[in-house]
Amino acid sequence: MPVVTYRDALTQALREELQRDDRVFLMGEEVAQYNGAYKVSKGLLDEFGPMRIVDTPITELGFAGVGVGAAMVGLRPIVEFMTWNFALLALDQVVNAAAKMMYMSGGQYNMPMVFRGPNGAALQLSAQHSQAWESWLAHIPGLKVCTPGTPADAKGLLKAAIRDDNPVVFLEGEMLYNTKGEVPGGEHIVPIGVAELKREGDHCSIITHGKMVLVGMKIADDLAKEGITLDVVDLRTVRPMDVEAIARSVQKTNRAVVLEEGWEICGVGAQVVDFIQRECFDDLDAPVLRVHQEDVPMPYAKNLERAAKPDAAKAIAAVRKVLYLD
Amino acid sequence: MATKVVMEALSPTMEEGRLVKWVKNEGDAVKTGDVIAEVETDKAVMELVARADGVLRKRLANEGDASPVGTLLAVIAGADENIDALIGGSAPAAAPAQAQAGGDTAAKAPANQAVAETAETAGQSPAPSAPEQSQGEASTPPQTGSGGSEKGAGSAPPPAGRLTPPRPQRPPAPKGNGARPGAASAKPGERQRSSPLARRLASERGIELGGVQGSGPGGRIVKRDIENAKSKGGAARSAAAERLASEGDFKDIPLTQIRKTIARRLAESNGPVPTFFLTAELDVTRAAEMRTQLAEMGDEYKASFNDIIIKAVALALSEHPEVNAHWLDDKIRQFNRIHVAMAVAVEDGLITPVLFDADRLQLWEISARARELAGRARERKLTPEEYTGGTFTVSNLGMFGIDQFTAIINPPEAGILAVGGVEEKPVVVDGRVEVRQRMRVTMSCDHRAIDGATGAKFLQTLRRYIENPLALVI
Repeated sequence: MPVVTYRDALTQALREELQRDDRVFLMGEEVAQYNGAYKVSKGLLDEFGPMRIVDTPITELGFAGVGVGAAMVGLRPIVEFMTWNFALLALDQVVNAAAKMMYMSGGQYNMPMVFRGPNGAALQLSAQHSQAWESWLAHIPGLKVCTPGTPADAKGLLKAAIRDDNPVVFLEGEMLYNTKGEVPGGEHIVPIGVAELKREGDHCSIITHGKMVLVGMKIADDLAKEGITLDVVDLRTVRPMDVEAIARSVQKTNRAVVLEEGWEICGVGAQVVDFIQRECFDDLDAPVLRVHQEDVPMPYAKNLERAAKPDAAKAIAAVRKVLYLD
Repeated sequence: MATKVVMEALSPTMEEGRLVKWVKNEGDAVKTGDVIAEVETDKAVMELVARADGVLRKRLANEGDASPVGTLLAVIAGADENIDALIGGSAPAAAPAQAQAGGDTAAKAPANQAVAETAETAGQSPAPSAPEQSQGEASTPPQTGSGGSEKGAGSAPPPAGRLTPPRPQRPPAPKGNGARPGAASAKPGERQRSSPLARRLASERGIELGGVQGSGPGGRIVKRDIENAKSKGGAARSAAAERLASEGDFKDIPLTQIRKTIARRLAESNGPVPTFFLTAELDVTRAAEMRTQLAEMGDEYKASFNDIIIKAVALALSEHPEVNAHWLDDKIRQFNRIHVAMAVAVEDGLITPVLFDADRLQLWEISARARELAGRARERKLTPEEYTGGTFTVSNLGMFGIDQFTAIINPPEAGILAVGGVEEKPVVVDGRVEVRQRMRVTMSCDHRAIDGATGAKFLQTLRRYIENPLALVI
């Protein structure tokens, strides 16, 4: 199987879906002539032309609204935000227009569109540009929220998102664009709402998504050397959430650590813990622990940023704690 | 403090139980864990035990009565404590609701009559006082912090607008091997903490949480404590990671109701290890030919009948894990590895050195190792590691001219094979009488773990190997 970057996997998905369905088009800041701020749309302007690869002004609320209107009249827009930190300006269109349109029109309007862009902290981009938004967006009925952590899932989920008749929020990892992995060529679809067991073990479940999937797999490999084996459940989609996969794993291991990039309070992990306490109460041998960003705006200073982010060492400490090993 | 005795769910599917016999009389002093009555569930007759110390003040059900789970059956209280309020409110219709209400019960009871409900989750310890009980799990210190946030807490300013109250300042975590404050067991009178899984396992295995030492934070009883409670006499092993790694070497089979009943009744009838015996006469003509051929290949290939039997037993065990097992009172432990012990006569007794992983050893390896172990056994030079850890034993008295005998099981092993001598006998083969070499083996089986058909199937497999001995060397 070809090994490609997360970035190229996304480009593959865009190209294949643009070829497959001429109602699909991409718009956003710098997506066309500049090939995308992160080069995800590289070469697409040349291939599909300016009617389908559309540069927009720096007006997030405006072009998100154009996308909603285009979807209402039967096109399948992909709206790229340069980062989800900028998409805050467009949330009225995402939350109050796209997510509500089918419901409030009594089913007259589908909303087959994708809002995509990089999410979460990169390196030293400071407080305003280092935020993971999935818990905000997953809160909204009417939206689907995808958080691929690997190139294969990035491709498969983006293709599924573009073909979905509902508005899909697609959160890419800025630090993941250069990561590599095996990606099936051609028709590769990852169904929305289905988790994947990225590592299989007996002693503790790591429930995670997005960028933290790589951390989960790393600590599983590290701890395996000590004889501690982990289930790493990659949610892949945080809404809808694959509750059965979580329950299956925790019922097997009796312990769980929920690992996410964002903040603690009302985070995705809080929802996961709620599912676990309801579905697995009699299976738990220890309180479920969460590993997440510290409850502060992301510091700019390198050392403080490192201390604020969730990482492998913090996740290992949590695993040891739920195993009563520390 | 008065404690209600209710009809407990003594099997997972039990909805009502019949009180077969009162074991304690009104006025008898009882201690936590004492059997008060025998109750017939949907599957078996089970013991109902006291969940508190005191005097059995009042019995509210008659022998032979059937009552739904949760019905008040009796009251345990101090000798002169007033229990009128408890008995007055014991109409059977109200009782199940009370039992389900759990912690709320205390609030409903009169203020001076704090009642410890004998529901499943409250049954582990001396009765808690009413306020503690009504708060239940919430009264324990919050465990919300991940390893990560605790690390950061020292340097970061307290964030504004938290939804939770600030965490209590924890004492600095002690380093090294000193006793953790958290590892101490619950003090008398405190609620015994236990994980939900530990409670479920304890209830399934009939283990009293009160007698278990908790190894988790704050003395919390966790899964490993329940697992160690019966099998290891309570002491939690310190190298937990090592324990985790070795879990794959065996599979524990929880006892079903029918298995528990079989075990109890057979032991009553036949002593602590209810044993039955299966005898088979095996044709070892081909095995004898193979021995001769092996001996011709050179001394290093020589194998005794006993070596051949050990190899065959090991391979047969690999096909019948239910025989490669220990009976551990609350469960059957099936081993994934096969360690065959062999009984060796020494001057004033016998000892059973073990051939570890015998199924993976070549016949010549078994032969060499068995000879070496037997030699050192007679010189009394075996280390304990060399004569413990067997999963099944073979005992051979053939060399003494014994045709057939029964061997005594070495607990907790579930079986032993007694091997008699090889003898030339007239045997009918395809309608003609032939002289064949025959050998009798008798398997003793612990009926609590191995049923007749299970043992018989094992012997069938053993016969296949012994009578087709090429399978032992390929």
